[in-house]
Amino acid sequence: MKKLKIGDLEKIRDKVRRTANLRQGKAKARITIHMGTCGIAAGARTILTALMQEIDKKNIKDIIITTSGCAGLCSREPMATVEVTGKPPVKYVDLTKEKIIKILNNHALKGNIVSEYALAIGSERTH
Amino acid sequence: MKDLSLHILDIVENSIAAGAKNIKITIDEDTKKDLLILKIQDDGKGMNKKTLSKALDPFFTTKKVRRIGLGLSMLAQATRETGGSIDIKSKKGEGACITAIFVYSHIDRKPLGDITETLISLIATRGFDIDFIYKHYKNKHGFIFDTKVIKKKLKDVPVYNTLVINYLKNNLTKEFEKLKKRSNA
Ligand SMILES: Nc1ncnc2c1ncn2[C@@H]1O[C@H](COP(=O)(O)OP(=O)(O)O)[C@@H](O)[C@H]1O
Ligand SMILES: [Mg+2]
Repeated sequence: MKKLKIGDLEKIRDKVRRTANLRQGKAKARITIHMGTCGIAAGARTILTALMQEIDKKNIKDIIITTSGCAGLCSREPMATVEVTGKPPVKYVDLTKEKIIKILNNHALKGNIVSEYALAIGSERTH
Repeated sequence: MKDLSLHILDIVENSIAAGAKNIKITIDEDTKKDLLILKIQDDGKGMNKKTLSKALDPFFTTKKVRRIGLGLSMLAQATRETGGSIDIKSKKGEGACITAIFVYSHIDRKPLGDITETLISLIATRGFDIDFIYKHYKNKHGFIFDTKVIKKKLKDVPVYNTLVINYLKNNLTKEFEKLKKRSNA
């Protein structure tokens, strides 16, 4: 069976080494996209892709993107959690591509919670 | 789920939740036998007999945040809608293997969808601590992709680096385009 062509991977590696700072810099924030069944069915993958593209486009280096399983709030998917270092996590619900980019720019990068998309505190009942 | 690539993302999420470190995804498009076979194997904690016997029950989950589990039963439903079936093999401590068989040409068979987007989502977010092998056949032609091989070449450069991710995305897209062009004969 043919292997996926990765002949240029070494070139890419060297380019990353030349251009990026590989030291484990401190991350400013972590964005977790909820990838449970309901999240995926509601479009979580599209949210993740949009976020990755924006981070690529703006060459943002200090935000960690990760995924987690079901958050138990299926009717409010797609959802994401933003944790700015040293601050309590904030859950965002009913996401769209536009909303996640606004959340990235305002909350993850500048520290301003986008309260109109955030889950109201105390409403975190799971069923 | 509107296509198989989304089911894959969901089923792989079970493997990740089970603590898998190696996840192997195989798609075999066999138009001569008129079958599409999707297989997902992992080395996670596996299922005991009781969990295995209930895994396809939509009212069963071992998760604590809610009372129903849907992923496997939805995949099973998708196979049955084409006249196909699902098989789950697992033992406690020995990982799990899910095989979903679809009738290829059936009008209700869901399309493959954007498998590149699924693989890239997984590698970019989980690739640092989980290895993925992806194999795709279309009537014996096809390709294999192994994050272990990629990480070995990358050495100290992380697999989730944007330049690496974009490179992998382009190469995967090209391979899928080639496969699509292959006639079904
Ligand atoms: N790969 C796996 N390894 C171990 N257990 C699994 C695996 N896949 C599914 N299971 C078990 O089957 C149950 C049902 O899975 P699923 O239908 O996807 O629903 P959910 O993930 O929402 O619980 C899970 O809660 C888990 O206990
Ligand atoms: Mg599941």
